[in-house]
Amino acid sequence: MSESVDTQVAGNGFEPMIVAFFCNWCTYMAADLAGTSRMKYAPNVRVIRVMCSGRVDPQFVLDAMAQGADGVLLGGCHPGDCHYQEGNYKALRRYRLLKRLLTDLGIDEERIRLEWISAAEADRLRDVVNEMTEQIRSLGPANLQVPQEQFVKPVPISLEVSV
Amino acid sequence: MTEANLSAGNGNGSPRIGVYVCHCGTNISATIDVVAARDVAENLPGVVLSREYKYMCSDPGQEIIKDDIRELGLDRIVVASCSPCLHEETFRNAIADGGLNPYFFQMVNIREHASWVHKDIKAATAKANDLIRAAVRRVRFHRPLEARRVPIDPRVLVVGGGIAGIHSALTLADAGKKVYLVEREPSIGGHMAMFDKTFPTLDCAACILTPKMTQVRAHPNIEVMTMSEVVEIDGFVGNYRAKIKHKPRYILEDACVGCLECIDVCVFRNGKTPDEFNLGLSKRKPIYIPFPQAVPQVVLIDPEGCIEFRTGRCKKTCVEVCAERNAIDFTQEETFSEVEIGSVIISTGFKAFDARRLPQYGYGRLDPVYTALEVERLVNASGPTEGEIVLRDGSKPKKVGIIHCIGSRDKNTNVHCSRVCCMYSLKLAHLVKEKTDAEIYEFFIDMRTGGKGFEEFMLRVKEEGVTMIRGKVAEVYPEAGNTGRVVLQAEDTFLGMVRKIPVDMVILATGIEPQADAEDVRRTFNISCSTGGFFTERHPKLAPVSTFTDGVFLAGACQAPKDIPDTVAQAGAAAAEALALIDAGHIELEPNTAFVVEEECSGCKTCVGLCPFSAIGYDEGKASINEVLCKGCGTCVAACPSGSIRQNLFEDEEIFEEIVGVMANV
Repeated sequence: MSESVDTQVAGNGFEPMIVAFFCNWCTYMAADLAGTSRMKYAPNVRVIRVMCSGRVDPQFVLDAMAQGADGVLLGGCHPGDCHYQEGNYKALRRYRLLKRLLTDLGIDEERIRLEWISAAEADRLRDVVNEMTEQIRSLGPANLQVPQEQFVKPVPISLEVSV
Repeated sequence: MTEANLSAGNGNGSPRIGVYVCHCGTNISATIDVVAARDVAENLPGVVLSREYKYMCSDPGQEIIKDDIRELGLDRIVVASCSPCLHEETFRNAIADGGLNPYFFQMVNIREHASWVHKDIKAATAKANDLIRAAVRRVRFHRPLEARRVPIDPRVLVVGGGIAGIHSALTLADAGKKVYLVEREPSIGGHMAMFDKTFPTLDCAACILTPKMTQVRAHPNIEVMTMSEVVEIDGFVGNYRAKIKHKPRYILEDACVGCLECIDVCVFRNGKTPDEFNLGLSKRKPIYIPFPQAVPQVVLIDPEGCIEFRTGRCKKTCVEVCAERNAIDFTQEETFSEVEIGSVIISTGFKAFDARRLPQYGYGRLDPVYTALEVERLVNASGPTEGEIVLRDGSKPKKVGIIHCIGSRDKNTNVHCSRVCCMYSLKLAHLVKEKTDAEIYEFFIDMRTGGKGFEEFMLRVKEEGVTMIRGKVAEVYPEAGNTGRVVLQAEDTFLGMVRKIPVDMVILATGIEPQADAEDVRRTFNISCSTGGFFTERHPKLAPVSTFTDGVFLAGACQAPKDIPDTVAQAGAAAAEALALIDAGHIELEPNTAFVVEEECSGCKTCVGLCPFSAIGYDEGKASINEVLCKGCGTCVAACPSGSIRQNLFEDEEIFEEIVGVMANV
């Protein structure tokens, strides 16, 4: 693998790595709109699309942290606007739980963030990403990465054993 | 879910992935090193082939994928290009053409989410690589799926009975489809019914609108529900169910023939209540018809003004005169009904800007100040003055000032241009001049006359002697000496000086705003609003009447300010989109439903209460999901403690692999 281009942003400073889970209908759309509007924001976020913020299993968040993410951003529709009526409320409940869990584990709860961003709010998406990147930058690296071999169950390349 | 399914494709069990990185002209390649991205992808486990190409979505681009599938036996495809909202469908179809299940595909959004939003090539490329790696890891777990087919109910609900709703309803009804037209006012017709003439042709609004209104009433395929509002809608594309609230009219619609005798005999000799249709410029009785050409031709009673409602001791002369038909019913109450439809057209129109919000122009405070809509009523032959332009003090104006951009193009109110005000101001200038021969001053910021025949109309009005002054009026104040006139103070930017012009009448060209309850409508129909509050179309260029909710379409000024021709064009387009849906007979839905792995379900019932669509049943100690009701949000999947609920296309493994993929380089 040519790691030369694959490395993080240039410079000596710490560049946070943020994993984001965006719902398909609002926040993912806002990110698309930010693109079509050619807004510029920090390149530190990696977006994983889910249909609804209610799909985000707290395990996804913990998994991302354990893989070395410095922060996790969750994006859903505004309260009352969920495409699936109330999935975002479920996300909110899990988010509260996660915050407590992280605090108990001695991890700064500010490393996770839940934001309601509608499909029209590209500017808000940009601001949230920039803000969060700055915030995590000031918090420093999470350093929670668990060595791959301890953590991940062996990834089956063969499809026969994948289920 | 069988072993056979999992090894589908090449048959030997290990995936053969093809990765395609798109340049999108220079949209992607200007910010992302696509060659480097291709090279990185090439070395990922399972990747057999990695290519970059100028336009993957083009026919040759799609052909490359199809050929590679056939020649190299690829069984998983990853395309790194634009948003899946744009081209996921395109590539899935190409893959299906190539002989592969279309869901053995993952799209990576490196344009909207990377190349367009970042400047640093290195950082953007690193991000693209991470996203591609995630997709490659994920796609290995994809399963062959089949799109769900659901039938489309051919009936259509049109919400809002202005010109947009009327035109959509007629188009659909003429095509033989059943239409429910819901209007909250007592008559259909909307704002257009209030106008006098229409620009730039000056044909009379009523003359072109009322025949269409009558057609609506007479059409066997249209059911008009006035004084009604949609309060709830559920279901999904092709199969919606709407709950409609009907406010009481206190008149039996079927019995009333519109003879209007009840109005004549009402105990009120003269009207006491401001007439809504004439914007309060005249008074009406508590039993009334909104305007002479109202559809339906049925009176209604306003309980606020009616003595019978207020005291219960009215002589009820109206009931006496209607004894034969007995159409008056004081006991009517609010009722609800339900309709089943397959698609919805939203044409809820606009609200005129409330000029009181800009007190410097004196509306509501200074008698000579009118809004444009009020003047429409004044110049209208069926208006409060029967077409005579007389001011509130009974005099005829000799000098008239028209101020453009009231509540438009102003950071303090609305930033947007309302599009119609320049033209209707010119029209009013022409009409007022024609009727009164007054001197007319138009104060404009920019004269926006983009449209067929618009510029010509402006020149014509100019030639008629209307004075055009470029400058925004700062203030309207009473002239000294109690003359009853007001002074318009503005900077004439052509002359470079401040001018103070005394006039008898001021017309405020108020702009177009979203309806006050647009937010509620938006929630009811699960659509979204743009920043200004108008409903958002699915794509500003290519899907201007669709919304993000399948089967819900937009028409008219509820989407953005527009004039009558544009509204009618959009209404026709919305009807055509609905027809396309109906005539296809069915629609294919994304197969992203959840399912329970029965052997693993512990029967804890955690999921049952979570489902907002009641799609999860519980039987003999196990949960089961009704695929027809499931909409694929995945909330139950995230909640299942034993991990026995899975969601097609968003399985836990797939998402965990994505996480590993984006983090693999940290």
